[in-house]
Amino acid sequence: MSQLTCHELSLGYEGREIISHLSFHVNAGDYLCIVGENGSGKSTLMKTLLGLRKPMKGEILTGDGLAAREIGYLPQQTVVQKDFPASVWEIVLSGFQGSVGLRPFYTKAEKRTALENIRKMGIEDLKSRCYRELSGGQQQRVLLARALCATRKMLLLDEPVAGLDPLVTADMYSLIDELNKRDGITIIMISHDISAALRYATHILHISDEIFFGTRAQFEESKAGKTLYRLRKEEKSWQKC
Amino acid sequence: MAEMLTNLSAYFELPFVRYAFIVGVLIALCASLLGVTLVLKRFSFIGDGLSHVAFGAMAVAAVVGLTNNMLIVMPVTIISAVLLLKTGSNAKIKGDAAVAMISVGALAVGYMLMNLHPTSSNVSGDVCTTLFGSTSILTLTEEEVWFCAVLSVIVVAAFFFFYHKIFSVTFDENFARATGTRAGSYNLIIAVIIAVIIVIGMNLVGSLLISALIIFPALSAMRLFKSFRSVTICSAILSVGCSSLGILASLLFNTPVGATIVISDMLAFGIFSLIGVFKTGLRD
Ligand SMILES: Nc1ncnc2c1ncn2[C@@H]1O[C@H](COP(=O)(O)OP(=O)(O)OP(=O)(O)O)[C@@H](O)[C@H]1O
Ligand SMILES: [Mg+2]
Repeated sequence: MSQLTCHELSLGYEGREIISHLSFHVNAGDYLCIVGENGSGKSTLMKTLLGLRKPMKGEILTGDGLAAREIGYLPQQTVVQKDFPASVWEIVLSGFQGSVGLRPFYTKAEKRTALENIRKMGIEDLKSRCYRELSGGQQQRVLLARALCATRKMLLLDEPVAGLDPLVTADMYSLIDELNKRDGITIIMISHDISAALRYATHILHISDEIFFGTRAQFEESKAGKTLYRLRKEEKSWQKC
Repeated sequence: MAEMLTNLSAYFELPFVRYAFIVGVLIALCASLLGVTLVLKRFSFIGDGLSHVAFGAMAVAAVVGLTNNMLIVMPVTIISAVLLLKTGSNAKIKGDAAVAMISVGALAVGYMLMNLHPTSSNVSGDVCTTLFGSTSILTLTEEEVWFCAVLSVIVVAAFFFFYHKIFSVTFDENFARATGTRAGSYNLIIAVIIAVIIVIGMNLVGSLLISALIIFPALSAMRLFKSFRSVTICSAILSVGCSSLGILASLLFNTPVGATIVISDMLAFGIFSLIGVFKTGLRD
């Protein structure tokens, strides 16, 4: 059985559907990229997958040992109020909150895992720094480390590289790729970066008037894929001029 | 100076003064604990609204003639806290307007009741006490002292128990919710704790000044410290220090205790801001 199955989902706000008849599934170890224009409903889909919103129709099933609450998540934007006093360490540890229940403190094992995740993200030296004084790329790594504390199975990333410079972007992508390949974490990533999607993803979900879901190879053969692919080529040749 | 000290030690000979002092400090400690959350979660408007509701409830209790007016004030304030939180989370703007309506309404009704059914000959004196706190901790009744002491201990214990949860819900509610934290319940707990703090704090500094007791120590601490834990610890220490100073000063100079505590909190805020500016100035 798949880890995550969406069946005939309809999503929308206040009775107005923005996505209808959406069906797809994600297996353990997959790397799914969700692409689509601004406003096509990608973030809405992600919030629905996380249980923050209810779908208007259809259902979301989890299986293969994944519980609905075991999904780590990196939001599109975290609007941390300007003055919030929080250290990196405190934020990363808070990733465990979903699994500690009523226990009022963190166990040694949890602290060890948190430290491991901080190391994985290469931000060990920032551990006691204040979150709001970090750069955008550093903040993303902190939130990714937190997400890793919340899950060992599946990560949902909403535009993880938005606003990052090309070098940091490449770093971020290879970090995510490593989590997928080495740790076997299923990745669902929203991205506008079609070339990265085609480079890393095993599956593509393209949301527009016509919804496409399939493997990367199928996507490259599809109409939407070809259009996007051509656009990218043109863009590249533009840059060369 | 020596005279002052003898004065003070004479006061502290009385066991009652000692208890009142301890309770005052305990209340200040409680009030400071949730300051950061209140400021950052934009719950401060709820805090303000609640203190007015508590004022209204106090007036009702006085008119009904209950011996222990907490029997009315506490439940009313807690229920309002829960209701305000519900409206506030549904729609931000409407929530703000609801708070304004409720708090101003409660003030008006409270004042009206106190005038229509005066419980003593000195109505404006009563109103003043409810708004700005007892003129001195010496006028606290023994019952109030015990009541406050027990509740403060409960609040501090609850805060320690829920500390990490309060942090995660305050820092990023969506993430907490998505990963399975019962954010709704914890918001509720936070609201109830705030209501309790406001009610017990009213005895000390009155309903208009209680917000200051909650917010000032946190704001001061945030000038200098950068992690949630250090800010919490610093504001607790600061609040305890300022309230002790304030209570002592109010005994010595015969000033109203609430106002004295708040002024010492303000002074601390000034000092911390200056140090903060100085520190960042040096760094840049
Ligand atoms: N809270 C809301 N209430 C009503 N409509 C909303 C709300 N949030 C989003 N929408 C609408 O739903 C649609 C999809 O929004 P969503 O944020 O899911 O887009 P997106 O695909 O993530 O876009 P982007 O690429 O810009 O992040 C948009 O048309 C938006 O206007
Ligand atoms: Mg989006």
